[in-house]
Amino acid sequence: MTDAHRTTTPDGIVQGSDEQHDDAAGYYVDGEPIADTKAPGGPLAERWSTRQFDAKIVNPANRRKVSAIIVGTGLAGASAAATMGEAGYVVKSFCYQDSPRRAHSIAAQGGINAAKNYKGDGDSVHRLFYDTIKGGDYRSRESNVYRLAEVSVNIIDQCVAQGVPFAREYGGLLDNRSFGGVQVSRTFYARGQTGQQLLLGAYQALERQIAAGTVHCYTRHEMLELIVVDGRARGIIARDLVSGEIETHLADVVVLASGGYGNVFYLSTNAMNSNVTASWRAHRKGALMANPCYTQIHPTCIPVTGTHQSKLTLMSESLRNDGRIWVPKKKADCDKDPRDIPEEDRDYYLERIYPAFGNLVPRDIASRQAKNVCDEGRGVGPEVEGVRRGVYLDFADAMERLGRPAIEAKYGNLFDMYARITGEDPYQVPMRIYPAVHYVMGGLWVDYDLQSTIPGLFVTGEANFSDHGANRLGASALMQGLADGYFVLPNTIRDYLSASPFEKIAEDHPAVVEAQQAVRERVDKFLSTNGTRSVDSYHRELGNIMWEYCGMERTADGLRKAIDLIRTLRQDFHRNVRVLGSGENINQSLEKAGRVADFFELGELMCIDALNRRESCGGHFRGESQTEDGEALRHDDQYAYVAAWAWPGQGEDGESLPPVLHKEHLNYEFTEMKQRSYK
Amino acid sequence: MIINLKVWRQDSPAVEGELVSYQVEASEDMSFLEMLDVLNEDLIGKGEEPVVFESDCREGICGSCGLMINGQAHGPEVTTSCQLHMRSFKDGDEIVVEPWRADPFPVLKDLMVDRSAFDRLIASGGYVSVNTGAAPDAHAVPVPKPNADRAFDVATCIGCGACVAACPNGSASLFLGAKITHLSELPQGQAERDQRVVNMVGQHDHEGFGGCTNIGECTAACPKGIPLDVISRLNSDLRTALRHGR
Amino acid sequence: MATTRPSPDQTRTLVSGAHAARTTIALKLAMAVSGLIFIAFVLGHMYGNLKAFAGHDAFNDYAHHLRTLGEPVLPYGGLLWIIRVGLIASLVVHVTSAVLLWKRASSARQHKYAVRKYRSSTLSSRTMRWGGLTILLFLVWHLLNFSIGKVNPQGGPTNDPYDLLVDTFEVWWLTLIYLVAMVALGMHLRHGTWSASQTLGLTNSARSRRTANLAGITLAVVVAGGFSLVPIFTLFGVIS
Ligand SMILES: Cc1cc2nc3c(=O)[nH]c(=O)nc-3n(C[C@H](O)[C@H](O)[C@H](O)COP(=O)(O)OP(=O)(O)OC[C@H]3O[C@@H](n4cnc5c(N)ncnc54)[C@H](O)[C@@H]3O)c2cc1C
Ligand code: HEM
Ligand code: SF4
Ligand code: FES
Repeated sequence: MTDAHRTTTPDGIVQGSDEQHDDAAGYYVDGEPIADTKAPGGPLAERWSTRQFDAKIVNPANRRKVSAIIVGTGLAGASAAATMGEAGYVVKSFCYQDSPRRAHSIAAQGGINAAKNYKGDGDSVHRLFYDTIKGGDYRSRESNVYRLAEVSVNIIDQCVAQGVPFAREYGGLLDNRSFGGVQVSRTFYARGQTGQQLLLGAYQALERQIAAGTVHCYTRHEMLELIVVDGRARGIIARDLVSGEIETHLADVVVLASGGYGNVFYLSTNAMNSNVTASWRAHRKGALMANPCYTQIHPTCIPVTGTHQSKLTLMSESLRNDGRIWVPKKKADCDKDPRDIPEEDRDYYLERIYPAFGNLVPRDIASRQAKNVCDEGRGVGPEVEGVRRGVYLDFADAMERLGRPAIEAKYGNLFDMYARITGEDPYQVPMRIYPAVHYVMGGLWVDYDLQSTIPGLFVTGEANFSDHGANRLGASALMQGLADGYFVLPNTIRDYLSASPFEKIAEDHPAVVEAQQAVRERVDKFLSTNGTRSVDSYHRELGNIMWEYCGMERTADGLRKAIDLIRTLRQDFHRNVRVLGSGENINQSLEKAGRVADFFELGELMCIDALNRRESCGGHFRGESQTEDGEALRHDDQYAYVAAWAWPGQGEDGESLPPVLHKEHLNYEFTEMKQRSYK
Repeated sequence: MIINLKVWRQDSPAVEGELVSYQVEASEDMSFLEMLDVLNEDLIGKGEEPVVFESDCREGICGSCGLMINGQAHGPEVTTSCQLHMRSFKDGDEIVVEPWRADPFPVLKDLMVDRSAFDRLIASGGYVSVNTGAAPDAHAVPVPKPNADRAFDVATCIGCGACVAACPNGSASLFLGAKITHLSELPQGQAERDQRVVNMVGQHDHEGFGGCTNIGECTAACPKGIPLDVISRLNSDLRTALRHGR
Repeated sequence: MATTRPSPDQTRTLVSGAHAARTTIALKLAMAVSGLIFIAFVLGHMYGNLKAFAGHDAFNDYAHHLRTLGEPVLPYGGLLWIIRVGLIASLVVHVTSAVLLWKRASSARQHKYAVRKYRSSTLSSRTMRWGGLTILLFLVWHLLNFSIGKVNPQGGPTNDPYDLLVDTFEVWWLTLIYLVAMVALGMHLRHGTWSASQTLGLTNSARSRRTANLAGITLAVVVAGGFSLVPIFTLFGVIS
């Protein structure tokens, strides 16, 4: 049905979408299509129970002989480690922080969805399924999403039993709110700290297993390589970040729950040390990377103040319920005190363009329009590198309507946080906001069992690509992380493990030695480069390239330029980076160097993926694919697939070879693919 | 603004450390940690090893960061070190930056300490024993709102360790009390209540934290405002356990 | 071996078989209970001292009366001895716990901060240990002075409690020692009362915390003030 539209490119060329483009020609190689072979057929509602029944069981007496490595202690990793420990497996859990409790899931604010229908407002598993499919802009799998909606209800039960202090009503029952523009109230929350409370629940369950001796937790350990023996994932190489020791850990199965890679943009709402290394090392060992270009950009973040900026802070989306977003109509007004700009000189652009939804349009649209007005030169706030990047979020009307106390009660903590960071009083002066990278929908390709293309390597949480399609709905990442960790993985992994015990691997097995060697060489290389530029300065520059050309709006020309820039910068990085100190001690520059090196390779792949996908869907907006009034335009006839990329290896001088594209066709049996409209 | 820093440098747990002076050019918009980032860029430029300090979320929730800034845990404002901004200081200020000091938190390098004792405190009993899949429906047990709210308030502890750092006795009672109170307020926490408090306090003592003398520096430094009454709850729970012969 | 960290299993372990009675909090409970016994005692003692204002006979009657309390069930001086034994036991408990906790606290932070600023704590709370030690030293002198040793600095009679008191406090520096001790006691009570309420787990809300604090201040003023009246008035010749 998208074919009915005709599109206009920014340079005014009108083109039919039935035309075939291969923007990325020359940048990639076509590979065999792939498919998810694990999801059973039949009615959607029965698929998960069918799979659980069909998946073989490991005899409880044998579980003590089966070992699993779980990298990551966020919602997806801690929940999986605790559950597998409870089941009796021998689990090794890894995180780079000093405590499992500090994984970045801790920062999630808004809430977690579940189809409990406690409000009796017509919610159901099917409705949550449908909303998620639609929210993902029809780029996710029906089977996976249905299962997610199904187990969402168990998550809430589990968390409450653990003592997670969700918000409650006066009657003592759980409270819900509506979130992210959906019509029903299905979001459970713990004030603005839902992720923290959920993670502490999972962390406590994990600590309980650590005390019970079923889980051994390796904190301050960073996974730097995957060990693949005879085609199966059998362990990892990790560096003890305190002693610097390069350690080998072997197991029957490896699970990656290592989070998202939004930090490829340098500035994002992710934690400083969030990285792609675990996933990327697996990718280089043969795991496919799916839809790497799908990035979610969150519209309500605190703007950048200068080049010293190290990260961006998210403010809850709920602010858009009462705040009005505007910029001056005239460029000349941009440096004026906003309170002196009269009403008629203000452009409430979201209300103007989207009269029906106004300030509550979805994240991607709100973000892109903010970028547009700033690109026009109508941004506000301090100039950073010559441009003002900020728009006003104004509560003056709301304060007049509801009174200051009401606003304080609703948003007090957010206003305080804003005041602390910016030094401005948002009760007096309108807030300034700007979009920031927040979440990545892309990740390692997995089947219905959450197994990657490397047998014995499973991927959960934000690190996989599975459930959100091209765009994630608010409060759904927490749901996915816990669904994967508590309920899905422990049930699917047993099918793989039922074939165990696998052959014992000796530490001097050639594949193990090779992996160790590779890590040592890489570490030594960074330490001996003796260049002139710090790792951070490269990371910042890479981030700028990604944000400029692979951020909110992407074009073929921009992406090609970005690829060139990244390649040049990467070469320079490897020749000229300065990492001081030694490898036998805590060395944060060394840690960062490894992460940034992987970001370079990932960044290039993201650009290639974005270049290939000449359509706009969810968080991916291609300038070439928009309707006449500038809205995103999907091309279901050409791009209703998952782009799963294989690592091609590197040429002799370390130059990039073109990655191989494997397409997984997306089949919609139970839903009709529609074009979004918010006018 | 020019800031005169004195930063604790210590190469490893086994060697002596010292305060080293540096000068940094900062701006008011920077967070305290961004100011240290600038220092580190300078140091790398000069070929000196950057200062090791911890941070991750940089938005006050993960609890990674923790610096003793001019003798105050997390500095002069009541917030985390990462949320402290340079506008709290003046041009020309001298700022002394030290790591958390407590024997159960040994210094690993420069400003980074080992807080794994907190994990062991939780492992010793800071949980509800419920296996995945064994939970009743979430609405099976209503929780009165005041209890739920209090449980939440004290569960917001981020495990940063400022309470220990600020306590003249090096006690972890505030951290401990927060978890005890969180679980004691909820019906789910009742079954293991006696055993939990005994094991957790036993672990607290085993780690070498000091005993509490109710001085209150902990709560004054706590970025999450965990109130002192959690310690009262901790004490009364222990007293009950004592009565029950635990 | 500066660089290799012993693995967590080697050093830091989880304790097993913890007992409530063997915790620092149990020590604190013992201190709180013995402290409360002291509070009861000092209140009674202060009441007795104030009898000095009623003159020689009333005061000596009171001192005698203390010894006949409980007769004939108890022998002469029996109750006083029970109280004494109770107080000595409390003192042993209180001081032993104090010493144990003091040692523990100093080994919990062997490396001190180069710069230290306090935010909210009271001076009283931070001087409990030295204050307690001051009280202890004073106690020794005090008992030598009035009870065990009966030293009359002016060489007067030692078997007449009233005269002993007057002779003592007419010496300015003896009064000064006494007053310093009372400051120490006041500060000890100011924090101790609040601290004991907290240790006993009675301060579960902001309101009860305020009450406990107020009680501490009140007790401090009343007790330290009450005890100081007699020496001061003696020094200035009101009591003679
Ligand atoms: C500011 C913010 C707010 C958010 N709010 C919401 C919300 O309201 N609702 C919602 O549903 N979602 C929200 N999200 C998204 C959601 O929080 C994340 O997607 C989700 O928590 C990811 O969980 P995870 O377990 O997959 O990974 P993480 O929690 O990121 O954990 C990653 C783990 O992997 C470890 N790790 C990574 N690499 C390595 C390595 N190489 N070696 C060893 N260990 C490694 C880390 O130590 C860590 O333990 C928010 C995200 C952000 C940034
Ligand atoms: C008449 C004499 C005394 C009275 C009325 C008294 C009273 C108290 C009280 C009520 C407490 C609070 C207990 C708690 O925190 O639970 C306390 C604590 C303490 N006392 Fe005493 N005490 C007296 C004498 C002493 C002596 C002689 C010492 C000598 C070493 C001492 C040392 C301490 C210490 C170190 C504390 C701990 C501080 C604290 O917990 O806050 N006290 N005292
Ligand atoms: S109680 Fe407060 S100061 Fe102590 S660890 Fe928790 S948040 Fe930090
Ligand atoms: S870095 Fe996370 S709380 Fe400061």
